[in-house]
Amino acid sequence: MIDPRLSIVEKRLSEIKRVIAVSGSKGGVGKSTIASLLALLLSKKGHKVGLLDLDFFSPSQHIMLGTKKVSPKEDKGIIAPEIAGISFMSIIHFTGENPVLIRGNDVSNAIIELLAITRWPELDFLIIDMPPGIGDATLDILRLAGNAEFILVTTDSKLSLEGVKKLAIALKELNIPILGIIGNMSKRKDRAKEFAVSLGIDFLGMICYDEGLEDATGKRNKILKTLAAKQLEEIIRSGLIKDKWQSYEKNL
Amino acid sequence: MMPKNFAHVASQFLILFHISNLDFMHEYSLAQAVINAIAEFCEKNKIKHLVEATVVLGELQQIDKGIFRDALNEIKKECGLRARIKIKDEGASFRCRACNFEWNFSKGKNNLNANDAERIHFLPDVAHCYMRCPRCHSPDFEIVKGRGIYIDSIAVIHKKVSSKKR
Repeated sequence: MIDPRLSIVEKRLSEIKRVIAVSGSKGGVGKSTIASLLALLLSKKGHKVGLLDLDFFSPSQHIMLGTKKVSPKEDKGIIAPEIAGISFMSIIHFTGENPVLIRGNDVSNAIIELLAITRWPELDFLIIDMPPGIGDATLDILRLAGNAEFILVTTDSKLSLEGVKKLAIALKELNIPILGIIGNMSKRKDRAKEFAVSLGIDFLGMICYDEGLEDATGKRNKILKTLAAKQLEEIIRSGLIKDKWQSYEKNL
Repeated sequence: MMPKNFAHVASQFLILFHISNLDFMHEYSLAQAVINAIAEFCEKNKIKHLVEATVVLGELQQIDKGIFRDALNEIKKECGLRARIKIKDEGASFRCRACNFEWNFSKGKNNLNANDAERIHFLPDVAHCYMRCPRCHSPDFEIVKGRGIYIDSIAVIHKKVSSKKR
């Protein structure tokens, strides 16, 4: 038995220069916020950006982007709808407000199907909002999107740090590039940095807890003016992806 | 008076109309995936003489067989593939993990409206959002068979290469 969908996934992703998976070990550490801010900041800079929400059990990118109900168009597959200049794909397009009650094998099938049917335009970046931990989605992305690079997000919490450590070890063992660790909602200045150094992973920077973020959620004009967005922009400029960022800026 | 070539022109028009409809279909993408997968299989196994492939269409994905067949033929023509591709249907069935009840797919029985059915057509796994076990109403069920598309078999001719005698 041959699954024909697998043969088309590579073609679907072939027009994408960089795939960046934003991941972390626990729910609530800010992966989705950082993924959407990253997509919006890169798009604001003039890059062609796609955003894929793979957190099937708690999809939230549509809330971050403030999208109303959108129906993807059919054209030899599905065209990812464009929201604020970002090509956006999420399971939410197919589930609406219904909870997604699926198990492992069905999760894998849904990821393969989504990657097989989605026609992305030519993109500089595809940002993937990953579900927490090393589950089916992470393993499937490693298998199907061979060039994915990871950004790991963690808070200062011991529980979050311990989980990210396991994720980082697994990714290193599989030779998956880790762009670095972002300390989010940080209160203790050096904790995430020391942790990153201890793992031999670059520390990209720190984002403080930002009370203004809640009010800005879903408001695209406001969200880029938040402290979190400004700090992430600084991380992008001065962090590990600086070189690549600058080379892309030169090409604009 | 009807021009002599009307039928020809009309048939051309119909063909063009049909193809332009085809372009918008999800079925075209699946047909492309099938042809790619067959080509990859042949390349990987160094097969030169492909005779026939059998593709199974799972009922839950509700693929339009006519459009899918037309798309396959179009792509086959474009890439010069002459092998026959057989299409088989596979009924969808489910087993409830809560009460073990088994049932078959039926839009009517599962109370699916056109929108829900279309969403399942694109992403069959979201069936769990719209269907429930008919007996205990649990959403925790297994799709036993008939989920979507797969290539069931590929028939080839293997030619033995005889070693040259000195």
